[in-house]
Amino acid sequence: MAFRDDMRRVRAIVWKDLTTERRSKAGFNAVASLGVTILVLFGFALGPDAQALRDAAAGALWLAVLFAGVLAFNRSYQVELDGGALEALLLYPGSRWAIFAGKVLANLIFVTAMLVIVVAVGLVLFQVTVPEDWGKIIGIMMLGVIGLVLLGTFYAAMSSRSRAREVLLPLLLYPMLIPVLLASMEATKAFLRGDLMNQAGAWAQMLGAFDVIFLVATFLAFEYVIEV
Amino acid sequence: MTNDRSTFAPPTAGWWPLFGWVSFLTFVFTQVYAVLTSPADRMMGHMQKMMYVHVPAAWVTFFAFGIVLLASVAFLWTEDERQDLLAASAAEIGAVFCALTLILGMFWGRPTWGVWWSWDARLTSTLVLFLIFVGYLALRSFVEDPQRRGQWSAAVGILGAINVPIVWMSVKWWRTLHQLQSDPRSLEPVYLRGLLLNFLAFTLLTVFFIRRRYEAARYERAAEHASQAAALGGYNG
Amino acid sequence: MINSVQKSAPLLAPDLALDARGVARRFGARWVLRGVNLQVRAGEIVGLLGHNGCGKSTLLRIVATLLKPSAGDAYVFGANVKTEGDDVRRNIGFFAHVPGLYDDLTARENLAFAATMLGLPSADIDAALERVGLTHVTHERVRGFSAGMQRRLSLARLVLQRPRFLLLDEPYNNLDTAGIALMNGFIRELGNAGGAALIVVHDLATATPVLERTVTIREGRIAPATPDDAAHLAGSPEASVVPSGAAGIS
Repeated sequence: MAFRDDMRRVRAIVWKDLTTERRSKAGFNAVASLGVTILVLFGFALGPDAQALRDAAAGALWLAVLFAGVLAFNRSYQVELDGGALEALLLYPGSRWAIFAGKVLANLIFVTAMLVIVVAVGLVLFQVTVPEDWGKIIGIMMLGVIGLVLLGTFYAAMSSRSRAREVLLPLLLYPMLIPVLLASMEATKAFLRGDLMNQAGAWAQMLGAFDVIFLVATFLAFEYVIEV
Repeated sequence: MTNDRSTFAPPTAGWWPLFGWVSFLTFVFTQVYAVLTSPADRMMGHMQKMMYVHVPAAWVTFFAFGIVLLASVAFLWTEDERQDLLAASAAEIGAVFCALTLILGMFWGRPTWGVWWSWDARLTSTLVLFLIFVGYLALRSFVEDPQRRGQWSAAVGILGAINVPIVWMSVKWWRTLHQLQSDPRSLEPVYLRGLLLNFLAFTLLTVFFIRRRYEAARYERAAEHASQAAALGGYNG
Repeated sequence: MINSVQKSAPLLAPDLALDARGVARRFGARWVLRGVNLQVRAGEIVGLLGHNGCGKSTLLRIVATLLKPSAGDAYVFGANVKTEGDDVRRNIGFFAHVPGLYDDLTARENLAFAATMLGLPSADIDAALERVGLTHVTHERVRGFSAGMQRRLSLARLVLQRPRFLLLDEPYNNLDTAGIALMNGFIRELGNAGGAALIVVHDLATATPVLERTVTIREGRIAPATPDDAAHLAGSPEASVVPSGAAGIS
């Protein structure tokens, strides 16, 4: 019974986060635009030589998602903080992990939507030819996004409520995401090159392990950071 | 905090001052021993002796982080403030030794590779570790409420510690993929004894430094509690 | 029991809605509460008075489990606020300074969200909206609401919840006469059903119809009751005569 209540709470939070984001009109468009802008800046920094761009495409893409994504994570708590709704949220009976699960899922949807746009633009700007097994690339990217969203949502629970929140979230998050960054970028690069040595499989396994480990760790630790 | 009473009193010095002397003397002895008994390296000459500080410093960095992990878990479990202070002290000392490792590593690499930074796997991982330490300390400096600070840093410390082996592995893989030059890291036996002795000395020294930092933190906390007692007008919860 | 949301009432279930013992709280170096001892029995409606910054809101938030006490303990129907927070939250309804609503959701959506989060998926939202007089804006976004309307919507959330113990932080702010009457009516209704309430008030006049006794926080502790306290309430037909010694002093 309690579990079903918690599942309902998770769904309610996902719905609430996505609906408020959609209706506020500012959020998604701004973040997606930022991702694209960063990609363009990378294009200027690395190009215009076509080969250089193609080599750097995977890295530039992930960095654009990383930088723009940080905005999304702080925003997901901003909605609650503005109206004092975070307290109301904490006063409801029931498990804290339901709050975390709801926010992670909502952010997952948000960041994935942004990723689609950034990838589409990136393919064009960086002159990347899409390989046959593009499905695998999507798989790797999703594994990377899961790691990003798990840690981003977790750390934002703290940074959004402290001083210097704009600098604290990147400062805490980016070093932690280095394995995710390396794995996603290298696997993507390998796929784009045809993955002759099947390196991508090893990176995918590492990403999977990272995701599982931090899924457990963040869910266990969330109540300690959200309550206080 | 349920266990505020435990930090009411300042820490007792006990046998720690003696321990401090022992560790300093051990450090001096092992350093002199290592410097005197190690022959000049083929490539690096006597600069090689830097290794006797650089490598032990790297070891104690991980040692300190291990203490951060254990103390953080203990703090979340027991809500004993002393564990939080211990974790913070270990993080500060660990960050200092991490910086030392990095700087010495750069000096070490310069003659061999000709550049200050070559994205060597170990040094790069140490840099990431340093950034994680810095994030931990930055978080603590931005939060004022002691309970919130304790719980947040404990969570961040635990997650950071969990990530260390993962960072290590991923950076190593990344480097082997893009191997441009080999890492000349095999250690000849003649250097080994000096190194192991210095491991011991550095460990003792680090434990002492962490203890001193911890004592300072405890004094601060006891002073805060004293002002509490005054404010409560004799009430001592 | 007032409400089926209290499926798991604390095992002890004594008739003390609140038993606060030596509750103290510091912010940085400043001690706001310095040892508060206060008891609220089931069925009692208690007013909490004191000048600005004296710690009234802080005490309320500690009882609501939003803050942990730096020292001391508090029990809500036997559940410890520090260690049994979930049990405490099942029994309390908190009415804060800030409305705690989502500006981009409609009135109905806000209540539907609250109902799901409270574990009451089939609560009668429309009835609650009607009771607080917001039926005409059921499908309007809260962003366009006046402060008074937002307060009423927050009240509607409490109406859905029907908690055993109301914790109200200056509930009459921004409410017009009709709103005040709604609030007092709800408080009295819960009180008659065996619930309790602790109400932080500024202006005693609006609250006297429902208050049975008042306590004052002064210098971080509950101040000894004075004859004035009883006199304020003496004119009210609802007030029961309470000897000054029983005002929850240590």
